Amino acid sequence: MKKRLSAAPFAVWMGIFTVVPMAIVLWFAFTDENGAFTLRNIAEIWQYSGTYVDSIWMGALATVICLVLAYPLALSIARKAEHVQRTMVMIVMLPMWMNFLLRTYAWMSLLEENGLINHLLGQIGLHWSIINTDAAVVLGMVYNFLPFMILPLYSVMAKMDNRVIEAAQDLGSNNWQILRRVILPLSAPGIVSGVTMVFVPAVSTFVISKLLGGSKYMMIGDVIESMFMGDGCNYNVGAALSLVLMVLMLICMSLMRRVDNGEDELGGMMA
Amino acid sequence: MGENKIIELKNIAVSFDGEPVLKNLDLSISDGEFVTLLGPSGCGKTTTLRIIGGFVEPDEGDVFFDGKRVNDLPAHKRTVNTIFQRYALFPHLNVYENVAFGMRVQKKPNDEIKETVARMLKLVNLVGFEKRSVSTLSGGQQQRVAIARALANNPRVLLLDEPLAALDLKLRKDMQTELKNIQKSLGISFIYVTHDQEEALSMSDTVVVMNNGEIQQIGTPQDIYNEPKNAFVADFIGESNILDGVMIQDYLVEFFGRQFSCLDAGFEPNEPVDVVIRPEDIDIVEPVKGTLTGKVTNVTFKGVHYETIVDFKGFKWLIQTTDYYPVGSVIGIVLNPEDIHIMKKSEYSGMFGDYSSYSEEFDELGDPEAGLAEDAGEGEE
Ligand SMILES: Nc1ncnc2c1ncn2[C@@H]1O[C@H](COP(=O)(O)OP(=O)(O)OP(=O)(O)O)[C@@H](O)[C@H]1O
Ligand SMILES: [Mg+2]
Repeated sequence: MKKRLSAAPFAVWMGIFTVVPMAIVLWFAFTDENGAFTLRNIAEIWQYSGTYVDSIWMGALATVICLVLAYPLALSIARKAEHVQRTMVMIVMLPMWMNFLLRTYAWMSLLEENGLINHLLGQIGLHWSIINTDAAVVLGMVYNFLPFMILPLYSVMAKMDNRVIEAAQDLGSNNWQILRRVILPLSAPGIVSGVTMVFVPAVSTFVISKLLGGSKYMMIGDVIESMFMGDGCNYNVGAALSLVLMVLMLICMSLMRRVDNGEDELGGMMA
Repeated sequence: MGENKIIELKNIAVSFDGEPVLKNLDLSISDGEFVTLLGPSGCGKTTTLRIIGGFVEPDEGDVFFDGKRVNDLPAHKRTVNTIFQRYALFPHLNVYENVAFGMRVQKKPNDEIKETVARMLKLVNLVGFEKRSVSTLSGGQQQRVAIARALANNPRVLLLDEPLAALDLKLRKDMQTELKNIQKSLGISFIYVTHDQEEALSMSDTVVVMNNGEIQQIGTPQDIYNEPKNAFVADFIGESNILDGVMIQDYLVEFFGRQFSCLDAGFEPNEPVDVVIRPEDIDIVEPVKGTLTGKVTNVTFKGVHYETIVDFKGFKWLIQTTDYYPVGSVIGIVLNPEDIHIMKKSEYSGMFGDYSSYSEEFDELGDPEAGLAEDAGEGEE
């Protein structure tokens, strides 16, 4: 009885925010405009397969860049004195206090052909045409999602027992060996959650690609948005697109988890 | 035990945040020696070990290994290994890989690793635990893994920071014997930190008594016990009655207005001194035969003996005796010259060794084991 009561808030939450919306998506994806069952929406998706691949590729690229940038940063924060850590985490979070759209608009005006960066570069006779390219979109994603990579990495690293690192040193490990044999495996949970928190929103983003990537529908998020807003909108195809995106993402994440676990075992055998 | 000094600390001083933690520390350790650093909590034992291990750089002074100065040698290049206070095992590795860690780092061949790990696990009685995750082990088992992991690296010196503090009494006693056997059979030096004086006395070749970042006395367990250098050592190592006295001349000391012959010499004539009398050295006799007579004010049964508090003209002594004298009875005592130990006056004079307040301390001292192990640090003042 007690158990059921304590689970109640979770069940309500799940129902309102997960089960019902999922059911609606499913219903739209497998019906036509008259509400009759059909697989036509799913079949139509084939024409967007290239966009799916591009989105996953760009999301993955942004995720990897975030990881490469965030890992050393998180590590250096975690190894500082406690009050310094707090300040540094604050600074990392600072951009997040500003609205996501504003930040992206800011990048747009920075990167424009006649933007601030090109204005400054122009002073020394250079020009950088980056706006409306894949690179600009990846840059925008990295900038926006970097804190979501840093924070989970930092929080596992801050909890790491310093004596375990000293033990590795005591047993003859140099800094590189400590990183590879102790810090990296112990921070694996942080890597998994950081990657999840960056990859999922990156793949499905549409604002960044629209503002920094130009008018063409470059990411699957843009396509989905167009199905729900504006003239050519079609809720049924939009729902089917979302559903497939979700399935693809689940597959990516479970692959990622498997690689992580496998590495653990492998690491255990070879480390 | 070889006579060559494997480790020497010369004039070491360390402070943290302006607080001096070690002052003018001089210490040398021979090849194959079992040295114990003994002292109350916060006296700088761990810091001393960390200096030897390479985790703390001294502000002043030098560290020598085999006569070579190693102040700047990083921890991973030193031929010492540490068993940390609370083990610090690698949580992501199983028992086998924890023990193998040092050899993996050194890229030893797999056959050799396998052979060494098997040998180490046998040494610490953990055969069959290879695949176990370290988090599923009991405290004693984790301790053994930590020992095996350190020894697998074939160190010339093993540093042990209160390795048995977290274990229960029975296991602690067993592990003490085991560690001592391991040290003897491998012939390497152990530098062992504890604040348990019994552990220190029973395991060590040499005991280093520390307090407030300073070495109080270095000596064999017998020396430390029988010839404590000052009131702090006398009180920290076992129970002591410490009285004010005057050294009349060599081999003759006066206290309580009486003169006693003793075995100590080398003091100025009429030099004020501290006199130590161990509770177990005092012989109780009939009042008429005693050189001093007193009245029993308190008796506690301790299993092996009775702790009897006797009032001699207002100054209370602790006497350990196997015979029972009820409260209120008048007894006499005899002091033989070898029962009287003379110490120079020190900063600790008058701070320890008076049992006048014994009845109030009674509760804290009620549990003898806890008293030895835990109260050592705080219970002094
Ligand atoms: N990294 C540090 N920063 C600041 N103070 C420290 C640091 N390490 C130790 N100290 C201080 O130095 C003193 C000695 O500490 P140390 O750890 O050497 O004591 P210990 O003898 O090992 O005590 P215990 O028996 O409790 O382990 C203590 O007062 C401690 O607070
Ligand atoms: Mg300590």
